[in-house]
Amino acid sequence: MFRDLGSILLLFVATVRALSRVWRERRKVLEQFFEIGNASLFMACTLSFFIGGVLALQTGPLLVEQGLGSTLGSIVGMSMIKELAPVMMGILLAGRIGSAMAAELGSMRVYQEIDALKTLNIDPVSYLVLPRVVAITLALPCLVIFSNLVGCFGGALVSNYNREIAVSFGAFFENLRQAVETKHILNGLLKSVIFALTVGVVSCQQGLATLGGPRAIGRTVTKAVVNSLVFILLLDYVLTRLLLPFDR
Amino acid sequence: MNPPGTTSTGISVHVRDLKKSLGGELVLRGLNLQVAAGERFVIMGPSGSGKSVFLRQVIGLETPDSGEIRLNGEILQDANRGRFRLAMVFQSGGLLNSLTVAENVGLYLIEHRLKSLAEIDQIVREKLEAVALDPEIGERLPAELSGGMRKRVAIARALVIEPQLILYDEPTSELDPLVARTIGREIVELNERNRATTLVVTHDRDLAFGIAHRIAFLHEGQFLEVGTPAELRATKHPLIREFMNAEFSPPIDTVESA
Repeated sequence: MFRDLGSILLLFVATVRALSRVWRERRKVLEQFFEIGNASLFMACTLSFFIGGVLALQTGPLLVEQGLGSTLGSIVGMSMIKELAPVMMGILLAGRIGSAMAAELGSMRVYQEIDALKTLNIDPVSYLVLPRVVAITLALPCLVIFSNLVGCFGGALVSNYNREIAVSFGAFFENLRQAVETKHILNGLLKSVIFALTVGVVSCQQGLATLGGPRAIGRTVTKAVVNSLVFILLLDYVLTRLLLPFDR
Repeated sequence: MNPPGTTSTGISVHVRDLKKSLGGELVLRGLNLQVAAGERFVIMGPSGSGKSVFLRQVIGLETPDSGEIRLNGEILQDANRGRFRLAMVFQSGGLLNSLTVAENVGLYLIEHRLKSLAEIDQIVREKLEAVALDPEIGERLPAELSGGMRKRVAIARALVIEPQLILYDEPTSELDPLVARTIGREIVELNERNRATTLVVTHDRDLAFGIAHRIAFLHEGQFLEVGTPAELRATKHPLIREFMNAEFSPPIDTVESA
């Protein structure tokens, strides 16, 4: 995996260099953006609803027992906003979108479509990688916003209706409003942007590096997803550590 | 790459001591070759002899380990590659499956914004007609076409560049003999019409002898013989004779049952 790190960084640099062409490629960016939204929004909301609910279910009874039931909103909210939403949405996109990107580019590589682009003097990075990376970088923060809202709603619902917790909607959201600040939301969104870049670049790099016949495409997809997940979790720790001083 | 718009004229190709290794194995072992401007030159040889690897060096998809390729006397490098109009028709066609036929054919003009959309549409229709395809198929996706039609669309896409040098990688592979013959005839007609230098690699003996001005026989990364079709037919080289006779031999079970 770390052997690919050099190629991943080179592709990232090439993509950044190609950014000046993003307006020209806007149609492809929008297509990819809506494709990502269509493929992921429902699942993102479902996942987030249950994560928020489980979080409330796991922590709620303990907090109530300690007389801290009123802090449930902030615990669920902060967990979702700062940590779970960006990481879970990153993992979701790595599985659903990153794998599709790697498979598509891998198949284009195997069937000489990328070679054909080069012979037409069309840069595959500008033509194929840039729209995908930009689209996923725009899409993931949007999904994280949805995830935050739905996750907190899921937590509030469980808190309100579970007899062992019985924290009302009003109390839950009041505590949430007091605890969560704009900087916490930005913290989560910044993470999501970096995770999106990671999933986009890693998946495209794996796709472009596909060698061999159709069987290689399967290997490419597996590698793209596994590499993306490992990088997301590694980066999550690093980013959390780096952002800690700004959180207080 | 220069914008198209002028009549194509072929360019000469001069290859000197070209070597290329892949995976630690020497695939091209010092190739030397001269192809005249406008010539139809076929490189024939068995699978794995290095034919496609040779084309990839000429078009610039790979860089040779050593040796040089000169086009019209100029050493081909990344810096001057854009001054020549080079096109390649890939073995698999290399059509972008997510684009329609018309978008594939016009891709070069669309991406480089060399013409208005109306002009591109007109050029696409002309090029599809040039390869005997109905321009109405422009709205279809490559997956909806037969293998022969996909090859023709790939040729049409190459013609949009108005190439000075056009490379064909196994243009008749996976095609039945009738369609293969049609493709061969189109390669000849296009060469005669556009005068673009034509370099074809194939293991199809009928195609090679049917279209070539000259043929080179490549075996294990070396040219064993270069000559006109008549000279190749008269060769005494045992490997070439074996290759040519093998294609004519009837299947083993037919011999046994007879």
